[in-house]
Amino acid sequence: MTETTEPTGAPTGPIRVFLVDDHGLFRSGVRAELDRGVPDVQVVGEAGSVDEAVAAIRHIKPDVVLLDVHMPDGGGAEVLRRLRPELPDVVFLALSVSDAAEDVIAVIRAGARGYITKTISGRDLADAVRRVHGGDAVFSPRLAGFVLDVFSDRPGAAPPGDPDLDMLTRRERDVLRLLARGYAYKEIAGELFISVKTVETHVSSVLRKTQLSNRYELSRWASDRRLV
Amino acid sequence: MTAGPTTAAAPPATARTPAERRPLQRRRSGRFIAGAAGGVADHLGVNVLWVRAVLVALLLLNGTGLVAYALLWIFIRQEPTESGRVMERNERQQALGLMALAVAVGLAGAALDNSVVSWIAGPLGVTAVGAAVVWQEADQSQRRRWAAGARSGVLAGGRPWLRVLSGAVFVAAGIAVFLIGNLELGQVQFAVLAVVATLVGVAVITVPWWLRLVRDLGEERRQRIIEAERAEIAAHLHDSVLQTLALIQRQSDQPREVQRLARGQERELRSWLYGPAGYGRASMSEPGKAAGLAEAVTTAAAEVEDTYAIDVRPVVVGDHPLDDDLRAVVLAAREAMVNAAKHAGVAEISVYVEVEEGEAHVFVRDRGVGFDPGAVSADRHGLADSVHARMERHGGTVRLRSAPGEGTEVHLSMPIDGAGGTTAERPVQEEAGT
Repeated sequence: MTETTEPTGAPTGPIRVFLVDDHGLFRSGVRAELDRGVPDVQVVGEAGSVDEAVAAIRHIKPDVVLLDVHMPDGGGAEVLRRLRPELPDVVFLALSVSDAAEDVIAVIRAGARGYITKTISGRDLADAVRRVHGGDAVFSPRLAGFVLDVFSDRPGAAPPGDPDLDMLTRRERDVLRLLARGYAYKEIAGELFISVKTVETHVSSVLRKTQLSNRYELSRWASDRRLV
Repeated sequence: MTAGPTTAAAPPATARTPAERRPLQRRRSGRFIAGAAGGVADHLGVNVLWVRAVLVALLLLNGTGLVAYALLWIFIRQEPTESGRVMERNERQQALGLMALAVAVGLAGAALDNSVVSWIAGPLGVTAVGAAVVWQEADQSQRRRWAAGARSGVLAGGRPWLRVLSGAVFVAAGIAVFLIGNLELGQVQFAVLAVVATLVGVAVITVPWWLRLVRDLGEERRQRIIEAERAEIAAHLHDSVLQTLALIQRQSDQPREVQRLARGQERELRSWLYGPAGYGRASMSEPGKAAGLAEAVTTAAAEVEDTYAIDVRPVVVGDHPLDDDLRAVVLAAREAMVNAAKHAGVAEISVYVEVEEGEAHVFVRDRGVGFDPGAVSADRHGLADSVHARMERHGGTVRLRSAPGEGTEVHLSMPIDGAGGTTAERPVQEEAGT
C-alpha cells in the first residue's frame, strides 16, 4: 500500500522499537532494559497518549511498536485502528497488565502480532520483539489459553460457519496447549518432533484465525470494544 | 462483522467506525430555524442544502415535510455546546429561498384547493407557526440553562413570556379556527371537542418541557448510578490497595515480604476485576454453581504463591464442578506446586488446567534444577504419597517428566463423570475409590 523508504526487515542494524504507554515510569523501565544488554534492539521513540503515538509513529516509522492496551482515548486498539491501514510494515506487539479477555482479543483482532504481559523479563521481551519483527506471532501462555478456550467445542455451541477460520487443526491445538503450559518455541519443537519454523507457522496460523474468525466470543469481545 | 477479508494479515476493516460519525444532534450555531436540517446533514455527512431541499419537496406530498421537520425538532436533542459554526451569507440566502418556496408551495396548494395542503396553509399552518415560536423559546431557555449551570429553567424576563404567550395564542387560534371551519356539530359535541382541542393545544405547546423533564430524569438516574459505583470502587480500593501500600511502606526493608504483599494484592485485584479465572467473565461455568476445578486450582496456586513467595501463573481452559475425584486432583496439583516451589529453585511455576470431554488435565511445570525420578530418596514422600497414591486411589494417572537440569513437569489426569473409559496408559483403578 504505502511506500516506505526505510529499511524494514533489513537483517543488518538494530530493530527499531517504539514504546507507547501512558505510564512514564514503565516506559523508562522498558527503555533501560532494552538499551542495556540488548544490542540488536534500539528504542527510537516513545509516546504517552494515542494522538502523540499516532503522530510520532507516522513520522518515525519504527520496525516494532510496543503497545499498551489500556490508555485514555481508546488505548492500543485505537492506535492500531488509525495506523494499520497506512503502515502495514510496522509490527505491533501488545503489552499489558490486563488479563481480561476483551482486552487481549480486542488488540489481537485490531491487528497486533502478539500479546505479552508486563511482568515479562527483559530478555524474554527482547526475544518477543525479535520474533514479531521476523514475522512470527507471540502468544503468552494466557493468550494461548484464551484462544484454546474460544475454539474449543462445547456441547450446545453453534456449529462453525467457516471451518478454515473457525476451527483449529489438531497440530495447532497441540502447539497452543504446550504454549499454555509454559513451553518455549524450541521446547515445543522438541516435544512434537517438528522444527521451530513449523511451530512458528502454526502459531501464525492461529493468530490469523483469531483475527478473522467469526466465532461468537471473538466477535462479541471485539464488538464490546467497538472494533467491528 | 464482515465475512473475512482475503489477505492474511489484515484485520477486519475498521476504518469507518461508528465513533467517527457525528451523533444526530440539532445544530446550535449556523442554524436557520431549529437546526434540525443541519443536524441531519451533519449526521449523514451531506450538504445541508440537500436536506432542506428534500424537506421542501416533501411538503408537496400532503405536507409531509412539515410534519417531518416538527418530529425532528421534537425528538432530536440540541448539541450541548456551541460549535462555532457560522452560517455563510449565501447559505442563509439559499435557506431563505427554500423557505419562501415552501410558503409558496403551501399557498399554491391552498389555492388549488387540495384539502390537506389548505389545512396546512390555513388554520393548522397558524398552529404550526405558533408551536414553532413556543418551541424556539424552549430551545433558547434550554441554552440559557446550560449557560447558567444548575439554575432552574424558569423563563426569565418579560420577552420570553411574551413570545410563549403569543405562540400559545397562535396555536389556540389555529386549532379553534380549524374546528369551526371544518366541523358542524351540536352543542354537547362542541363542548367535548373544545375540551379535547384545549388539551391538544396545551400538549403541543408543552412538548419541549415534557421532553426535558423526561431527559433530566434519565440523566439524574444515570448520575446516581455512576455515583454509587464510584463509591463502591473507592471503598474496595481503600480496603485493599491502600492498606497494602501502607503495609509495603512499613516493611520496605524486607524485600521478600514486600514482594509477597505486592503479589497477593495484585492477585486479589485481578480476581476482583476479571473474575477468579482471569477471563473477565463472572464465571466460566453457570453462575450460582459451586466452585469448579478452575477456581480451586487458582486458589491453590495463590496459596502456594503466598507461602513460598514464588510466581505461580495458572492458565485455565474449561471448567468442571468439583467432585471427590477432582478435589484429589486439586490437592495433588497443590502438592506438585509446593514441591516445585521448594526444590526447583526457580521464581516461576507454570500451571495449566484443561477440561476436555471426559477428562481433566493439570500440568505443573517448572524450569528448575530437575531430578532423576528413579533416584528419589526415600525421605521425600511428597510425590510418592500425596501425588501418586492420591491420584491412583481416585482412578487418575500421574506422569512425571524430569531430568537433572531440565526442570520438572507433573501431568495429572483424571476421568470425569459420564465418560470414565478414556483413561490413559496406566489406568490404575480402584472401584471403591471414593
